[in-house]
Amino acid sequence: MTADPRVPRQQASSADLPTVTLDPRLGPGAAAIDPLSDDAKQRVRELGAQVMARYPRSRSAMMPLLYLVQAEQGYVSPDGIKLVAEMLGLTTAEVAAVSTFYTMYKRRPCGDYAVGVCTNTLCAILGGDAIFEALKEHLGVGNNGTTADGKVTLEHIECNAACDYAPVMMVNWEFFDNQTVESAKDLVDQLRAGNPPIPTRGAALRTHTETSRVLAGFADGAVGQGPSAGPASLAGVELAKDRNETAPAMGQEAGS
Amino acid sequence: MTFNLTPVLTASWGSDQSWTLGAYERTGGYQALRQALDMEPDALIQLVKDSGLRGRGGAGFPTGMKWGFIPQGDGKPHYLVVNADESEPGTCKDIPLLMANPHVLVEGVLISAYAIRANHAFIYVRGEVLHVIRRLLNAVEEAKAAGYVGNNVLGKGFDVDVTVHIGAGAYICGEETALLESLEGFRGQPRLRPPFPAVEGLYACPTVINNVETISSVPAIVRGGAQWFRSMGTEKSPGFKIFSLSGHVARPGQYEAPLGITLRELLDATGGMRGGHELKFWTPGGSSTPLFTAEHLDVPLDFEGPPQHGSMLGTTALQLFDETTCVVRAVKRWCEFYAHESCGKCTPCREGTFWYVQIYERLENGTATEEDITTLLDLSDNILGRAFCALGDGATSPVTSSIQFFRDEYVAHFEQGGCPFDPVASTVFAGANA
Repeated sequence: MTADPRVPRQQASSADLPTVTLDPRLGPGAAAIDPLSDDAKQRVRELGAQVMARYPRSRSAMMPLLYLVQAEQGYVSPDGIKLVAEMLGLTTAEVAAVSTFYTMYKRRPCGDYAVGVCTNTLCAILGGDAIFEALKEHLGVGNNGTTADGKVTLEHIECNAACDYAPVMMVNWEFFDNQTVESAKDLVDQLRAGNPPIPTRGAALRTHTETSRVLAGFADGAVGQGPSAGPASLAGVELAKDRNETAPAMGQEAGS
Repeated sequence: MTFNLTPVLTASWGSDQSWTLGAYERTGGYQALRQALDMEPDALIQLVKDSGLRGRGGAGFPTGMKWGFIPQGDGKPHYLVVNADESEPGTCKDIPLLMANPHVLVEGVLISAYAIRANHAFIYVRGEVLHVIRRLLNAVEEAKAAGYVGNNVLGKGFDVDVTVHIGAGAYICGEETALLESLEGFRGQPRLRPPFPAVEGLYACPTVINNVETISSVPAIVRGGAQWFRSMGTEKSPGFKIFSLSGHVARPGQYEAPLGITLRELLDATGGMRGGHELKFWTPGGSSTPLFTAEHLDVPLDFEGPPQHGSMLGTTALQLFDETTCVVRAVKRWCEFYAHESCGKCTPCREGTFWYVQIYERLENGTATEEDITTLLDLSDNILGRAFCALGDGATSPVTSSIQFFRDEYVAHFEQGGCPFDPVASTVFAGANA
C-alpha cells in the first residue's frame, strides 16, 4: 500500500489534541454491536418483499422497511440499516441519512411504552407544559429518557391533530385525550404496573416494538376496537341535530 | 349569510361502525364512483371546475384547474397523491375524518384517479396516529375485496391501485414536494419549482397532490352536482368545510359549515369562550396564518376574507386563546416548533427559526431589550419570501402579527424582567385542584 496522503503531518504533541470518543454506533463495525437474529432478518425480508411490491420503485419502500426493522429490535439499529441497504441496493449511508431525518425511527432502544406529551402551543398552554414537567419529576427522567424498568420512554411531541381534545398525550401513538396532571401520572403508573389503560380513541395498547409493524402497513386485527369518533369530533354533528340543520338536499340530476 | 351547519363529510361520524364499508354503503357510499365511471374523465374534471372546489389543505387552489394541468396522452404514468400528513398546529379535521369515515376518502381517490387518468394512487398519512392508520388500511382492503380497487373496476375497464404510505414524524412532509421526496424514499426536503408536480411529480411523472378534505369532497360533488355544491358557501369559495374549533372555548370540536361563516357566528352557536373569559387572539387556519384578535370576529372565513385583513384561511384551524394567555409564550413555542421542523435545506429558514428561539428565550427570562423586537422584525423580513418553501414563511406569521397587535406585551417582558402571566391560569384545569 502506498503512503496515504491523508495521514496527519508530524504532530507537535499528541497531548495538545482533544480526546475524541467515537460513537461506537457509527463506522464499519457498528452493525456487530446489536445484530439482528437470522430469524428476524428472514421476517424482514419476507414482509419487505410485500412492501416493495406496493411501489413502482423499490426505494419508495425505504420508510416501511425501516419500520419493519424497528418492529424487530424496538429501534433502527446499525445492523437494521445494513439490512435495509442490502434489500434496496443502497449504501448504509444512504439509508442512515433517511432514518435519522424522521423522529419516529428511534436511534436507541425505547421503552415498552413511548409516552408523548403534546407541548405545541395550544396543548402546552391548556396544560401540556404542566403535565410534561410533572411527568419528568414523577418518572425521574428527562426528555427522551427511559425509566430504569424499561417500561416508559417520555418525550414531548408536536401537534398530533387532536387540538379539540387538548391537553393531549399519546402512548405508542394512541390518543389519550383531555389529560390533567393527575390523570397523566396515573396513566404512566398503570403502564409501569403492567396494566395499560385503554386509549380514549383507539385499540388496546401493544408495545412500541409491536406497533411498528402496523406502521409498516400491516394490519393487526385491532381495527374494530374503539369508537368511530370521540365527543369533540361529534360536536358539530350534534349541534346540527339540536338546531335541526342539514346540508341542502341533493337534487335528482346526475352530476353533470 | 345566516349561520347554518351543513354536515356532509362529518354526517356519519356518530353512527356505529361508521368506518366500515357496510356502513358507508348504507348511506349511499360508492354510488358516486358508479356514476363517475359512466362519465368521461374530462367531464369529471369539468364538473369539479364548475363546482368551484378549492384545495382544503390551506392554499385554496382551484382543484379542477389543478387536475386540468395534467398533460393528457403523454404516455407517462400519472399519479394521484393524497396529503394526509395533517400536522399544521391547530389542524385536526383530516385525522378524525380518516378515523370515522375513511371510505369517503377512498371513494374520492378512485374518482379523482379516474378523472386524471392515474392508475396508481398514494395516500401519505402521518405516522403518529396508529388507530387512524388501521382504519385507513382496512378501508383500502375492504374496497379491494369489494372490487372498487383493482383491475377493471366495476367492469368499466378502469385499473387502479391504492397504496397507503405511512410517514415517520416530519411536519415538512406536509409540503407537497417534500412529501414526494419522502414517498420516493429520501429525506423529506422540498424540491425547487418549476417543474411543478403536475408536470414532474412522483417519479418525475405528472402528479396531482390534494388534501384529504379536498378529495373527500369529490364524491358528494359527483352525486349532488356543481350547483348543489355552489348552493353552499360564497361565490368564490363555494361549498362546505370542516372548521376545527379549539382552545379556551366552551365547546371545542369539528363543525362543518359553509365557507364564509364568521368566528362570531360559530362562537354564538357553540357557547362562546370558556366561562368568565374573553377572546384575546386566534388563528384562522393554523399557526402559519397570522394571528387575529377580537376585532376580526366578523371576518368571513372563506379564501377571500382573511387575506383582506392580513391573514389567510389556511386549514380553518381556529385556535382560540383567552386573556390569561401570554402571547409571547405562545409564539415562542410555535417558533420552537418551526425550528425543530425546519428541514435544514435553506439558510433563511434553518438559521432564522434558530435565532427566533434564542431571542424569545431572552424575552421569556427578562433579559431582552427593545432592540430584540427590531431584530425579530428584521429577521422576519429576511425569512419571508426568501425561504425555499412555505415553512419559513409560516414561521414568520405568528411573530410579526403578535408584535403588530401586542407590542406592549413584548415590552412588558423586559420592563418587568420576565413574563407577567401566571401559566396556571391558562390551563384547562386551573382552579380545579386549587
